[in-house]
Amino acid sequence: MGRTIAEKILSRASERDATVGDIVMAKVDRAMSHDNAGLVSKTFGRIGVPHVWDPERIVIPIDHRAPANSIKTAEGHKLIRTFVKEQNITNFYDIKEGICHQIMPEKGHVAPGELIVGTDSHTTTYGAFGAFSTGIGATEMACVWATGELWLRVPSTYKITVKGEFPAGVFAKDLILYIIGDLRADGADYRAVEYHGPTMERMSVSERMTLCNMSMEMGAKAAIVPPDPKVEELLEGKMERLYTPVHPDEDAEYERTLEYDVSDLEPQIACPHAVDNVRAVGQVSGTRIDQAVVGSCTNGRLDDLRITADILWGQKVHRDTRLIVIPASREVYLEAMNEGLIQTIMEAGGVVINPGCGPCLGAHQGIMADGERCIASTNRNFKGRMGSPDSEVYLASPATVAHSAIDGVIADPREVVR
Amino acid sequence: MSGKVWKYEDDINTDVIFPGRYLHLLEPSEMAEHAMEDLDSEFAKGVTKGDVVVAGRNFGCGSSREQAATCLLHSGVSTVVARSFARIFYRNAINLGMPIIVSDTIPDKVSPGDEVEIDLGGGRFTNVTTGEVIEFDPLPEFVLEIVNVGGLIPYTKRKLGLEDD
Repeated sequence: MGRTIAEKILSRASERDATVGDIVMAKVDRAMSHDNAGLVSKTFGRIGVPHVWDPERIVIPIDHRAPANSIKTAEGHKLIRTFVKEQNITNFYDIKEGICHQIMPEKGHVAPGELIVGTDSHTTTYGAFGAFSTGIGATEMACVWATGELWLRVPSTYKITVKGEFPAGVFAKDLILYIIGDLRADGADYRAVEYHGPTMERMSVSERMTLCNMSMEMGAKAAIVPPDPKVEELLEGKMERLYTPVHPDEDAEYERTLEYDVSDLEPQIACPHAVDNVRAVGQVSGTRIDQAVVGSCTNGRLDDLRITADILWGQKVHRDTRLIVIPASREVYLEAMNEGLIQTIMEAGGVVINPGCGPCLGAHQGIMADGERCIASTNRNFKGRMGSPDSEVYLASPATVAHSAIDGVIADPREVVR
Repeated sequence: MSGKVWKYEDDINTDVIFPGRYLHLLEPSEMAEHAMEDLDSEFAKGVTKGDVVVAGRNFGCGSSREQAATCLLHSGVSTVVARSFARIFYRNAINLGMPIIVSDTIPDKVSPGDEVEIDLGGGRFTNVTTGEVIEFDPLPEFVLEIVNVGGLIPYTKRKLGLEDD
């Protein structure tokens, strides 16, 4: 019987022929932790191993509360800076660089066929590069730092085939919101997802990252797009190590096969307080908003800033709405400045803040008060996610967010994107 | 283990179990003060040692924050029973040495505040308040091994031949 990408990568990483349901001890290629590396380092200290297993394979960006928003956060960051020096971890990216999931591939820490774990649920993002990547907790990461391996149950796989051309104003974000609404918040729990089809082949790697990133919101353990020349092109010059792209066998066995056609897809929006509470934007258009956010590991890349600036060009953000824009990384920020995108966004009245997670997780830089409502290109809208438990978050594409910021109400981007 | 039941719905996410605004805390006792804060403001005040959280499908969905499991454990919760768990919460609980029970039956057989007793090894859940006994499937053997030694840190220390805490 043929093998899925998940089975093949986990077989290679565990040096055995692993199939669905097997529990394997797998060797990881890269281990990523962000601000929670402070917590991980404390737990690591309890194990009693003097040195991490391989400092070259550990990557630590500070992004969640960067720059520090409190004395306690500053102490946590200080702990990390001391630890990386002690342990000789050179792949440390301080507050200037941006969001972990953006800088992991930017700095050459992601390659097709690799097994990557991270202490962040959206670690699934690297599946856009053909990697098996998944989120783990702090204790587990401490043990990975000590031993370089962890146990994983080999997941069964859903094969999702995507066909059709996106209509104007409809994007990868709308597709993944639609799929999550269809399969629900636990629809792919414990499963790997493989994305196939002509639409996936046409998509940029950035758009694929949006899909793989948010597949976690339906429980997926990993979400993988078979790597193609677009991925190899992007990695050129970034990778010193060799890698072997992994593709599924023709006769790979899938638990489910699903097909989506995007030709008639409308802009989608996830309404409070669940990511699977998805509707067409038209069903909630006109809803007043206090804040609009473009950014995050889901949608803070150059293509997201381009569409945002396109829509804002020559316009003004509504006087009762605050627009916060967060480039996903320093590299994205610099390129956006070169292209004049930052100028356009600021002239329209947007606030552009430093690369990082911004207000997405409700720690700083745009916390909401009781009764306030936000539309965001981020990935979660749980109760209290962006501040007060009595505030609301709607999730949509950067185009929907930008157009809504101008109107001061939720608005369908097809009115302006032709 | 025995205690009273705190009962919740489907899709209880880690943001309401442990809100992002407290992620800078490093001490488990401080984390416990905010357990379930955005879901049930009575929880942290009323929970006592041995209590059991019973919920529906997909408990612990969302963020990988281990603090969601840590805050429950250090608030006194002995175990979480749910129809299903999100995978990262499941791993985090086990790795911290907190047993969890997957059961489709138990959530239908308990009410908030019921006194319950759990025999983990024997797979028996007793609702002392109603007198009903419900059997459940034990955790997979490999997973139980981690719980039985007290979590992944002691497990890893043993594997590496290091002394236990």
